[in-house]
Amino acid sequence: MKPADRVERVPPSGIRRFFELAEEMDDIISLGVGEPDFAAPWAARDAAIASLEQGKTSYTANRGRRDLREAIAEDISKRYDLSYNPDDEIVVTAGASEAIDLAFRALVNPGDTVAVAQPCYVSYVPGVIFADGEVCDVPTRKEDEFKLTPEVLAENDADEAELLVMCYPNNPTGATMTKEELQAVADFAIRHDLTVLSDEIYSELSYEHEHTSIATLPGMRERTVVFNGFSKAYAMTGLRLGYVLAPPEVSQAINRIHQYTMLSAPTTAQFAALEALESCDGDVADMREEYNRRRNLVLSRFEEMGIDCFRAKGAFYAFPECPWDDAEAFAEALLEETGVAVVPGDAFGEGGAGHLRVSYATGFEELETALDRIESFVE
Amino acid sequence: MSREDVLAVLNDNARYSTEDIARQLDMEPAAVESIIDELEDAGVIRGYKAVIDRSKLEEEPVRAAVELNVTLDRETSYDDISSRLAQFPMVQSLHLVSGDFDFMMQVEGESMREVSQFISNKVAPVPEITQTVTHYVMDAYKEQGITFGDGHDDDRLSISP
Repeated sequence: MKPADRVERVPPSGIRRFFELAEEMDDIISLGVGEPDFAAPWAARDAAIASLEQGKTSYTANRGRRDLREAIAEDISKRYDLSYNPDDEIVVTAGASEAIDLAFRALVNPGDTVAVAQPCYVSYVPGVIFADGEVCDVPTRKEDEFKLTPEVLAENDADEAELLVMCYPNNPTGATMTKEELQAVADFAIRHDLTVLSDEIYSELSYEHEHTSIATLPGMRERTVVFNGFSKAYAMTGLRLGYVLAPPEVSQAINRIHQYTMLSAPTTAQFAALEALESCDGDVADMREEYNRRRNLVLSRFEEMGIDCFRAKGAFYAFPECPWDDAEAFAEALLEETGVAVVPGDAFGEGGAGHLRVSYATGFEELETALDRIESFVE
Repeated sequence: MSREDVLAVLNDNARYSTEDIARQLDMEPAAVESIIDELEDAGVIRGYKAVIDRSKLEEEPVRAAVELNVTLDRETSYDDISSRLAQFPMVQSLHLVSGDFDFMMQVEGESMREVSQFISNKVAPVPEITQTVTHYVMDAYKEQGITFGDGHDDDRLSISP
């Protein structure tokens, strides 16, 4: 048997090799983790347990439980001023990752070009390839603090693409974009008739300004698909629950693929998510506050060490420039000599080279120890 | 605003250095220092203590929660009674509470005998105290927001996207 060509076209994940290196070592402190170190709020876990006790173990509606979709609609309206109809514009998915895959398959025709703002989460480029699309790399720049700008879009011929995928607050850079900055991207998208796929999974983790969804900008709702979910804000990664917001036609197309592949998102997780929306705002605020303190700590320590790092304003990542030219060699040596794992920026696509992704989703004590070790290693 | 922030950080871990608190809050160390001085002077911060899991000590002290009922008269207030009780070093905490009794008092001693004698010799004889109910602590699961036990293992993948 031979795997299909489209699979062969996707190289193995760049962080895979690093993961294997790290797994071989004992007692490492990992600043290479892309998920919260907190457990999901107890109320959400308790609701999941209660649903199991009550025997709620069957499928749900394809789009997800109606009460959950209503709660999502209310929540996104309250937080981001987004208005989506629970009946035909929201699909609850097995994590935002599933939603991203569904959207590519629902929107990309063979040979269509998808502009991918990078560095970025590792799934976008493979997702485009699995949908038989062509990738147009759009590397963002350090001098723009890794924000997406009309200039880099134009420079990289994104105007010729059919779709644009972007993620702010960003993994791996921690970059965020203000409403005004998003407006410039929206203007570009409208001018060149681009459909925008906006991954807003880190929307609750924006520390210096309110999160704006690009779908709220004039003329954007009808050309935007928004991804969000419970993994980051509610520390529910393992429960696999996300959702996708899109106008009815696209939402229907997404739901059609979803119904034949996933059928419905995990039922137990849907009960946890419903409770999370109902009663866990306080937990989210506490986690955000703690991440922000860690962010300040990491950024100050890098500054004291003379490591060049722009002021990342979101998610739980700092993206410093690597003190060595070869970030991969640095990360490897750092891991071997100090037991601290960080991920070289190249693993996240174009524009990431020469940088390191440092995740501060790690408790204070370990974070401080790791920073001390980085400091003596750099010296 | 920063006053609350500094308090929140100290409440999380009072052993952070001034420099560390400053880094976490993106402030100047001198500003943090002056806020802490202010909080101490104003009596907002009354002290810094360790949260101890006493079951891990070689000699585990005996602790009891004591419910106290009192009667007041024209000359005696809750404050009068509480200030008498609070003087005893064995009294770890003392709260006026709503409900079936008036004071909730936490007592700590070296032995059950010591605690019992303290209650019967020092507390019960106070004229305004009409009743005491002593609950010895059998096990502790959480103190001051810190859960005891083995903690939660970090079983996340060491590297993930």
